[in-house]
Formats: sequence, structure tokens, C-alpha cells
Amino acid sequence: MAVSPENQDKGELSLTVNGRLRSVQVHPMARLLDVLRHELHLTGAKEGCGEGECGSCSVLVNGELVNSCLVPVLQVEGARITTIEGLAEGPELSALQKAFLECGGAQCGICTPGMILSASHLLTKNPNPSMDDIREGLAGNLCRCTGYMQILEAVARASCRGPGA
Amino acid sequence: MTETVVGTSAPRKEGLDKVTGAARYIDDITLSGMLYGATVRSQVPRGTIKAISFDPRLDWGEFVTVTAQDIPGKNCIALIFDDQPCLADGRVNHPEEPILLLAHVDPHRLRKAVDAVAIEFDPLPPVFSIEDSERCAQVIWGSDNLFKTFLIEKGNVEDVWANADYIVEGEYTTGAQEQLYIENNGVIASFDREQGLTVWGSLQCPYYVHKALMALCNLPPEKVRVVQVETGGAFGGKEEYPSMIAGHASLLAMKSGHPVKIVYDRLEDMTATTKRHPSRTRHRTAVSRTGQILGGEIDFTIDGGAYATLSSVVLSRGTIHAGGPYHWPSIRIRGKAVATNAPPHGAFRGFGAPQCLFAMERHMDRIAQVVGISPAEVRRRNFLKPGQTTTTEQTVREEIDLGKLLDRALELSSYSRKKAEFARENPARQIKRGMGIAAFLHGSGFTGSGERFLASVVGVEAGADGRVRVLVSSTEFGQGTNTVLCQIAAEALALPYEDVRIAQPDTDQVPNSGPTVASRTVMVVGNLVRSAALGLKQTLIASGLLGSSYSAEEFRAAGQRHVATHGVLRSFARYEAPAGVFWDDEKYRGEAYATFAWAVYVAEVAVDLSTFTATVEDFVALQEVGRVLNPVLAQGQIAGGVAQGIGFALYEKVVWQNGRMQNGQMTNYIMPTSADLPPIRVFFEEIGNVHGAYGAKGIGELPMDGPAPAIVNAVEDALGFRFNSVPLLAEDIFEAVSKEPSGALLPAGGK
Repeated sequence: MAVSPENQDKGELSLTVNGRLRSVQVHPMARLLDVLRHELHLTGAKEGCGEGECGSCSVLVNGELVNSCLVPVLQVEGARITTIEGLAEGPELSALQKAFLECGGAQCGICTPGMILSASHLLTKNPNPSMDDIREGLAGNLCRCTGYMQILEAVARASCRGPGA
Repeated sequence: MTETVVGTSAPRKEGLDKVTGAARYIDDITLSGMLYGATVRSQVPRGTIKAISFDPRLDWGEFVTVTAQDIPGKNCIALIFDDQPCLADGRVNHPEEPILLLAHVDPHRLRKAVDAVAIEFDPLPPVFSIEDSERCAQVIWGSDNLFKTFLIEKGNVEDVWANADYIVEGEYTTGAQEQLYIENNGVIASFDREQGLTVWGSLQCPYYVHKALMALCNLPPEKVRVVQVETGGAFGGKEEYPSMIAGHASLLAMKSGHPVKIVYDRLEDMTATTKRHPSRTRHRTAVSRTGQILGGEIDFTIDGGAYATLSSVVLSRGTIHAGGPYHWPSIRIRGKAVATNAPPHGAFRGFGAPQCLFAMERHMDRIAQVVGISPAEVRRRNFLKPGQTTTTEQTVREEIDLGKLLDRALELSSYSRKKAEFARENPARQIKRGMGIAAFLHGSGFTGSGERFLASVVGVEAGADGRVRVLVSSTEFGQGTNTVLCQIAAEALALPYEDVRIAQPDTDQVPNSGPTVASRTVMVVGNLVRSAALGLKQTLIASGLLGSSYSAEEFRAAGQRHVATHGVLRSFARYEAPAGVFWDDEKYRGEAYATFAWAVYVAEVAVDLSTFTATVEDFVALQEVGRVLNPVLAQGQIAGGVAQGIGFALYEKVVWQNGRMQNGQMTNYIMPTSADLPPIRVFFEEIGNVHGAYGAKGIGELPMDGPAPAIVNAVEDALGFRFNSVPLLAEDIFEAVSKEPSGALLPAGGK
């Protein structure tokens, strides 16, 4: 559940989001998810449950995967944040994004940003994962549409295409 | 002519936006001056409202407040029966019933305000179970607690009992299931005296919401506009409920003059919105010595919750599917939807069929045991064949060979080899394995006369740039509506897939192509898209602007010239029932569906007797769905449906107390993760279908029907215990196994 950030308690915080240094006036206990969505207008990260179960709000903080609904923004001051909006390299989609499109990894799309960030984190740590590694690696991201099969296939395909995935 | 677009895995139309995070869902949209809305709900399952008080420590002048007295039109959510109020007026019938609405610019203050409203009730005795509702000690709906009953009678079932070698009886139950789309329900409403009311939302059926808002807000059709925005999953859960939340946001917007957003959090969405109907099915079947079904009786009862909503339609589909894919020389099926003091149960993928087919397919295994033949054989001996009739006396006209489908499913799953191997190895193992089969069917499109009443309309237009747009109110929420309907239009127009777009569903812009439900979109709406597209082509050819063969550029140029002279070119097609189709709504007899999809699923299950958990280790889903128009999307539909079916069977339990869901969070309502699921292996047979676009049948709901019975049949095969309810959790298996007097199955050192 969100903490109530009263206006008078706001302070300035800086963080690097998708390679750009950003400074925001927010309550230090505001959720990173709300700061991304409401202050920085990066709505790719979604709120599915608000309690760290569904993974739809997954983003990378200094390369580590976090549920941004559970992170007070104070905790990421000065950190490097990557959201789905920062994953494509310019106009080129990342290998994972391409593979999700080809394999049918996105259906309704609401879990997709978190799922892709989670997969990206997995491939960074383990560039050649087995199917079981992928299943385990994505187990923190719920998808209700696909039964995961085409997501697993997409991650496997992206991993075959090598680094940069 | 060889088809070049349908049958290929054309990429998802809105896929790029979805993988880049650019897709805009309702909670991603903010309007200027927008307030947030919230709902104050009942705390009691049944009672009268005595008093509403507001905590004086809050400045209530800051808040917009709406009660039933503020409703400009009729206080109901117009659907089939108009029994459900939009806001309770004096009386509540379930513990999540909306009573009062609040809006404020700050969502945090709003949340505090909801808690600061106190409502006093005079409680009335509630009804929570099908059995209590049937006893009628408390009449909570109508004169007998019955929303709807159906009776199907074929032949004379009274004659069969005397000649039966066996009479096999069983009772089977299924629990509520939450749709659990990852995006919660949400809408934004905006009101302007000139323009009227506009609602944007996460929803399946724009015209359902349109109809409900006209009645609630007392507005003419042209003053209500409903727009579907990107929708993060629905599965039926956004079929009827969006009319409620849209009504609430609209009332707040009309009273305040500001746009109002209501987006539920997970707890509110899970506890207050619809779920799959809990069910109870009783079978009594007359069977011959050889395992032939001679006739039988089926009683199918569903718990509808506090208001009628869609229960009558869910019951209809369940009653018609209750006999499964088998030939019944005679049968009597009674269907009944009863009222309880729980939030109304509603649409969820499968729509009554997963419940009654769980019972049918468990019962087939029971018949096999009684007769002493294998589960495969009992099915083979009773499968419907072309020329035979279903329980509603619909003749099977297509060349479906269910025996062949069964053989292939058994082969793909290595059924016989594994079953023998498990039987040999289980006695010495802590982890016991089993194989289970389910054979089933799912009717495509609306039931009986439904499609005729809907009379859906579809448009295809050529714009000023000569490009083609499909105009439908059929919505995309993950299934692939946008993609497949564009494929169909492209195929009909002989254009590249990329040259066809689809309009955003907006009741000001698109005709009513009917609700996006009942596995009807590709088959029924798709066929209309094809007709409308062909009409567009004919117009261009007849006007002399286009030759009979053309390139995409020539088509575009012809479209441009036509539009320049005559304005936007639109071609419409309206549904017409095929000739010779007979359906009797009174007797529930005749052509229940234009066609059926057929399937045989096989589950391999392991039950670990140290933890008592059952896990699906392999799953084969083989189906005949007519022509597969987009293999990647079709596979995705099946695998996703199977995953939900596995959840329904082994994971997802709604815990009720006093009519209220106690585990309304993802922490304690457990759906399968990627680590929980087996490889879901999807296979198709394609025999084509004369009713659907390019031979397609309905596909969306089918995969929900088979997993639960296949899995529970496999658990019985593994353990030798008969389980007749889902969900089947570890504690249920533990309880059954620990009651076994011999204790033979318990691990060493166990009780």
C-alpha cells in the first residue's frame, strides 16, 4: 500500500533514469513506481498488485532487478534506473523485444515491460540459460495470458542471438 | 485461390507498443483537472442501511459525494435483468455492494476518506451456499432464489434404468475462480453538457457499457461515448463489470464537472468484482455391460451470487455442454442458477462449460472403473459421430472423428507406455505419477438464437489516404483480435497485412459488432469483416476505379480517388443466421451453436507424498478448431487457457467468509508462475468449418475446459483416490490420504 506523501514533506532527489540525470521533488518515502509514472511520465512500469508479487513494476536499479512498488525513492537516490522505455537502443529494438514480438511473448502486454526487464536481467547474469533457468528466472513475474510458453521461447531465442539481448 | 495472409503468423498489430512500453492503458492516462474516485462498500452480506455518518474530523466540503439519490436515470446496471443497483438504496445484498462514491484530487486523502465513512446496518440472515439457497429458508431473490432454470430432454430417460447393467452416480463441485487479469479494472469518465458523457476504460464490450450508461445517466445514445483503451487482460472479467465501475465514475464526473478516474487496487478488484460461478453437478447414468451410455440425468447448479447479471447465460452454456462430446440416446439435464449473498459471479473464459465438463469427464472415469474398461475405451465407445445428435438434438454435420483425435493425443503424450510404467513404479515411490484424459467440446459463438438477436454489424473503410481500416467494437485484450481481423480483411482484399489497420473501439466511430465474448470474434465477426471487405472491393471495381486484379498501390490509388469524389468509402456487413438453422428457446432444442471446437487433452501428474502437492509434469493439448488463421496467436491462446485451467485445478482457491473473499491478494490467492507449469504442448487438427471466416472456429474458451478433469483424473490414476472437487490443493490430498485406513500410501514415519 502506498505511503501518503504529504506535500510539505517533499524534497529534491536525483537519479539517473535511462541514461539521463533526473531531479524530482518528491516525498522520500514515495514509491519508485509512482515517481517513475507520475513525476517522470514513464508509464511503462505497471502496478499489478502493489505488494511485490506480480513483477509488473520491475525495473533495474544499478543493474539489479527490483519491484519498484516496494522501493521508497529515497533508497535509489543517485542510482541508475533502467525502465522499459530505456531498453531499446535508439530506434532499434533490443534482441529480447524482437524475440517477444516474433514468438508471441506479449499478449495483453501489461506484464510485458516487467517481463522483458526481468529477462534482460537474467540474460545479463546468465547469457546461456537452460529452459529451467529461464523458468526460474522469470518466476517473479506473473503472466495470466500466455501460460509462459511463448515467453520462455522468446527468451531462449534472444539468448541464442548473443549479448546485447 | 491460395491464401497468403490468413494461416501465417502475422505479427501482433499493437505488439511494438507493448514491447516498448508505449502502449497506454487506462492508468497511464491523466486528464487535466482529473479527480480520483473511490467506492464505499457494504460491510455486511445482507441487511438494511440504518445510517451513514461522516467522520467530522475531515473537511467533507473538499470531497465530491454521490449516493443513490444523485442518479439521474434508473438506479441499475442494465444488462439482462435490471435487478442490480448501481448504488445500494436502503438495502444491501452482498458484502461488497457499493453504497456511496467519493472523489478528490488527491488519491491518498481519498483513501482516508473512504475509511472515515461509517455505515450502520440492520443485518438480515444471509445465504452463502447453493444448498442454503435451495432450502429457501431465506428468500433473497425473486420468490424462490432462482435466477434461471433450464430443462433439456432428449428421448425418454425413464425407460433406460430398467435395462441398465450399471447405474453410475456421482457429485462433482468446482470453486470460484478469479480472472486475475494483471491490469485491474479501471475507467475515466468525463462529462460535458454539450458533448455528453465520455468513458475510456479497460473493457471488453463497449456497447454493454454504452447501454448501461444511457439508462443510469438518463442520456440519449448520441450523448454517451465509450472508448476502449489498451486492456491488460480480461478473460470475461471485463465483460459486465466495467458497466458498474463506468457508472460510478460517470456519476462522480456528472456531479463534479471534472473528469474522474477510478482504478481499483488489487484487493478491491479481487474482492468486489466477478469470479467464475461455483458449481455442483450430479450425474446418474445408465450404462451397458460394454460401457455404452444408455441414458442419464444431469443436475447442473451454479451459484450466481447476489444479482442475476449473466448467470442465466452462463447456465445456458453449462447446461448445453453438460453431456460432453458423447452420444446420449436419452438424457434429462436440469440447469439451475441460484442466488446467494456473495458478490455476483460472472463471465470467465469457458462460461459454465469448465464446470459441467469437469463433472462429465470425472464421471467418465468413474463409469470406466465401474464397467472395468480403460478411461480411453469408455470415451471411444461413446463419442459423438457425424450424423448423431447432441443433447439438444443438433445433428453433427462435420466430419469430426473423435476416436482419431483421442488416438493422436494418446500417442503424443506416450499415454500407454507411461501409464504402464507409472503403475509398475508407483508402489515403491514417494512421488506417485499418473495420466489423465479429458475429451470435450466447446460451442463457438452465442448460444441458440443469440447471434440472430445480436445482429452484429461490421464495417471496413477506405480513408482519404486510400488505406483500409476495420471498424468493429470487438476489442483486443491479448487474444489477437486486432491482428486476426486485419489478416482477414487483408486476405479478402488481396492486400498486404501491413496495409490494413483497425480502428480503436469507440462507440462514436465503430458499429456494434457485438460483445467480445463466447469465442465468437474470429468465427462470427471475422466472417463479417470478410463480407464487408469484399463489399468494399466490389464497390471500387464496379466504379471502374479498380481492375479485377491489382497491386496494393493500385488499390490505394483507387481508394484515394473514390474518397476524393464521394467522401470516405465504407462497406458494412450485418449478421444473418444461416438458412435452415432451428433453435427452440422454450424447449432448449435444436442447433445450439453454429459449430463446435473439439479437443482431447492429456495430463501427466506427479503427487509428492512428502508435501502432498500435485504437479503437472507434461500436458498435451490437441484440438480441432477449424482453420488456424494465425499459428502463433492460436498456440498462445491454447497455452494460456491451459495454464488458467491448471490454476483452476490445483492452485486457485477463493476462501470465503460471510460472503466475502478472504484472500484477495496475489500473496494468498495463488496463480501458477513460470516455475509451476509443465511444458504445454499444443497441437491442432484442422478440418475446416463452413461457418467461420476462412474456415475458423472459436478458440478462446476451449482450452479452459479440459485441464481440470484431465489433471484430477491423473491424480486418481497416481494415488487411487477419488477426488471430485476443484481446486484440489495439497491439504485436500493430505486429508484424503491420511484418512485411508491402511495408511499404505503414507510415507514412512508419517501418520
